[in-house]
Amino acid sequence: MAGMRHRSGTHGSPLRRKSSTDDRAMRLFILVIAIYLVIALAFPLYVMFSKSLENSQGAFVGFQNYLEYFNTPALVYSIQNSLFIGVVTTTITVTIAFILAYALTRSRMPGKPVFKTIAMIPILVPSLLPGIALIYLFGRQGLINELLFGYEIYGPIGIVIAEVFFTLPHALIIIITALSIADARLYEAATALRANRARIFFTVTLPGVRYGLISAAFVVFTLSVTDFGAPKVIGGDFNVLATDIYKQVIGQQNFEMGAVVSMVLLLPAGLAFVVDRIVQKKQVALLSARAVPLEPLPNKRFDNLMLTYSIIISIFILGILGVCQFAALVKFFPYNLSLGFSNYQFDLMDGGGWDSYFNSIEMASYTAVFGTIVVFAGAYLVEKGQGLGPIRGAFQFLAMLPMAIPGLVLGLAYIFFFNAPSNPLNFLYHTMAILVISTIIHFYTVSHLTATTALKQMDSQFESVAASLKQPFYRTFLRVTVPVCTPAILDISIYLFVNAMTTVSAVVFLYSPHTTLASVAVLNMDDAGDIAPAAAMGMMIFYTAAGVKILHYLLSRGIEARTQAWRVAVAK
Amino acid sequence: MKNGLSGVRVGLAAALAFGLSHATFAATELTVYTAVEAEDLKKYAARFNEDHPDIKINWVRDSTGIVTAKLLAEKENPRADVIWGLAATSLLLMKGEGMLHAYAPNGLDGLDSKFRDKSNPPTWTGMDAWVAAVCVNTVESDKHNLPMPSSWKDLTKPVYKGHIAMPNPNSSGTGFLDVSSWLQMFGEDGGWAFMDQLHQNIDHYTHSGSKPCKQAARGEVAIGVSFAFRGAKSKAAGAPLEVIIPSEGIGWDMEATAIVKGTKKLDAAKTLVDWSVSEKANKMYNEGYAVIGIQRLAKPVEHFPENIPQAMIDNDFEWAAENRKRILAEWQKRYDSKSEPKS
Repeated sequence: MAGMRHRSGTHGSPLRRKSSTDDRAMRLFILVIAIYLVIALAFPLYVMFSKSLENSQGAFVGFQNYLEYFNTPALVYSIQNSLFIGVVTTTITVTIAFILAYALTRSRMPGKPVFKTIAMIPILVPSLLPGIALIYLFGRQGLINELLFGYEIYGPIGIVIAEVFFTLPHALIIIITALSIADARLYEAATALRANRARIFFTVTLPGVRYGLISAAFVVFTLSVTDFGAPKVIGGDFNVLATDIYKQVIGQQNFEMGAVVSMVLLLPAGLAFVVDRIVQKKQVALLSARAVPLEPLPNKRFDNLMLTYSIIISIFILGILGVCQFAALVKFFPYNLSLGFSNYQFDLMDGGGWDSYFNSIEMASYTAVFGTIVVFAGAYLVEKGQGLGPIRGAFQFLAMLPMAIPGLVLGLAYIFFFNAPSNPLNFLYHTMAILVISTIIHFYTVSHLTATTALKQMDSQFESVAASLKQPFYRTFLRVTVPVCTPAILDISIYLFVNAMTTVSAVVFLYSPHTTLASVAVLNMDDAGDIAPAAAMGMMIFYTAAGVKILHYLLSRGIEARTQAWRVAVAK
Repeated sequence: MKNGLSGVRVGLAAALAFGLSHATFAATELTVYTAVEAEDLKKYAARFNEDHPDIKINWVRDSTGIVTAKLLAEKENPRADVIWGLAATSLLLMKGEGMLHAYAPNGLDGLDSKFRDKSNPPTWTGMDAWVAAVCVNTVESDKHNLPMPSSWKDLTKPVYKGHIAMPNPNSSGTGFLDVSSWLQMFGEDGGWAFMDQLHQNIDHYTHSGSKPCKQAARGEVAIGVSFAFRGAKSKAAGAPLEVIIPSEGIGWDMEATAIVKGTKKLDAAKTLVDWSVSEKANKMYNEGYAVIGIQRLAKPVEHFPENIPQAMIDNDFEWAAENRKRILAEWQKRYDSKSEPKS
């Protein structure tokens, strides 16, 4: 409830007056981070847009490229294909995630933490990996390809299954959150009015989570439309917008057309983003101070049903992983099924060998460290800073923007912007730094929202009191804000680390000989037909991300015990 | 609270320590862009370093399409010093853009006349020929009762329907050399007519040129249109493969070498290019490739069909480079919308 009071009486309150050096320092910091966002986000996008209006000689041709695009049937079909994949994936994923979230929040089945953990696993693997597993399962030599009844896994079926795997955790988190904030009094009232279970479900439960469902739907839609890994591996000849960008740029060196497809791909993602924002604004607080948390009642039949369902989903997820590990160990599928580590000789394959793996860890570490600093400091300055209203507004907008920018688009924009000889920053091109900069931007929005949420929970009187005690803001920041927000800070850094390990889309255009990455190596090995080593590298990424995640869990438990005792007091 | 914080600090320090990269120092470092098969790169650098230990090679390896795209993207601001092992067609594209530094390496005269740029001094020199071939999985063709094909035209027979994979010429250099060779052998109309028929039998088009053969090796398809080197390698690895050289003749491209205009390390670049046309280098290429720049040195390569030099068509690289854009656009129009949604 502390957040309610923030910003009230910002100006004119005598308590709020601060030393002007403090103000100036704060403004300087917020300007620095805002400039970072402008250079690393706004400029490249602008350069890419102008590129889409040029011919290959760099002369301005207006919308001629767009005209050419819409007159090329092969390219226009991809729009339909992408939308088709997006809609089908969204329907399936949100349904599966909703039932699972329902089982996890509204049943008394055993093993809930285990099922939840398993359902989160797909976050830890590159989106190429489910595609590889599907080839081993349902390809021509697939282990259980009879189950497809002659249908082809290469194409929409494969893409949709892989995307459902890939997007499930994202939808699940949102829906669980939505289902968790139920007020038991509503259910008591409904029961008292003699409503049956179905009626309660449709009149109380569903309306209560409708915003969560819409939000989840848009996240899944955006992810599946902009994902590049799954269609690349299992898409066959089924073209989608994301693979078109890759083909235009990599296959045909047609950068202008790549820029045009990028602009087209921005549309569905951007639209989903805008609608989601509007919906979020409509959401009103469901949980009043007097709400009573809902405790699900035991119901043997229902609980068993939910348990069976959760087991099936878990088998699906673990099965995909298991198949990949099997693929990585088999010597020469399907003709020699003996096991060994020959597929781990990455140095003999495309993609940069073992160096790529260590580069990825390096890149992910830098992204986690610097990304967390930039994101958290930025969020702090926006939340708690004084003055510079318009800049703070623009900052907030820029911080939300990356959510709507597909990684491939960002990566392509970076080539145009950072490799221009006239750009004084072009020394960054082909360095580790540009990979880190682009990855931080790519995953900026969720990190920023996490930080903002944590900061909103803090009473702004901390700052007022500190100011009245003539403490500079950075001291309050380091002594109070950071320790209180440690869980959120850890969450942000782990989120950045894991995503930096698994991301392909933005960095596929930006890596250099010294900075090949494991996730890109998976792509390149699969591309060359070396699918087993690709699976092996993909599993290395999984084990690393999982290891770091476990470390994070242990670390945050330890830290929470020490720094978060106040939360218990506040909650009461 | 204090302890908690220091825990975070330790974590951060560990994360940073993870990232400390180890820099190696050599007299000169050359950034070399290449599409040579990954498994050969270490060997190439090591052999070169036997003679020139003072020059360190930093490879940028990717498939032909990607390396070409990278080089063109960096046109205004080149990052590569030397290109060693990229399709001659791609180098011709770059020559057209004025991106290459003309240089006549020591030993140029020893090269077969096909294996050099026609300009004088040449902008590029050839290393080895990389020839089209058809990889046939014997286990799978027995299973589906497929006869062994012996010509390109055979592949259009209805019996092969759904059993053939080939690389998409829009992303694969091998795919493009196939298409360009068919157009040269069968004529413009005959070539497209052949591809129309072949398209009926194609199961899928791949992004990379080696993938169809590797898929055939795994039995994912029965027949992969690919290149001979890949087939020989997979066969050596124990795959049940037969590498077929179609009787009409085969398209080919060269792996070639060039200096990138504007390199700050011109002397080292010249040293590398000199070495790349040497007899020692040619013998090294011969370990994987049957046809090399100094053909009199060539010895037969295991698992390679023997009739390759005779089967290679008289490839007009200039024509292929000039018409590349048009051919690719036409190909895309005809075949790339295979997966259009059914409405």
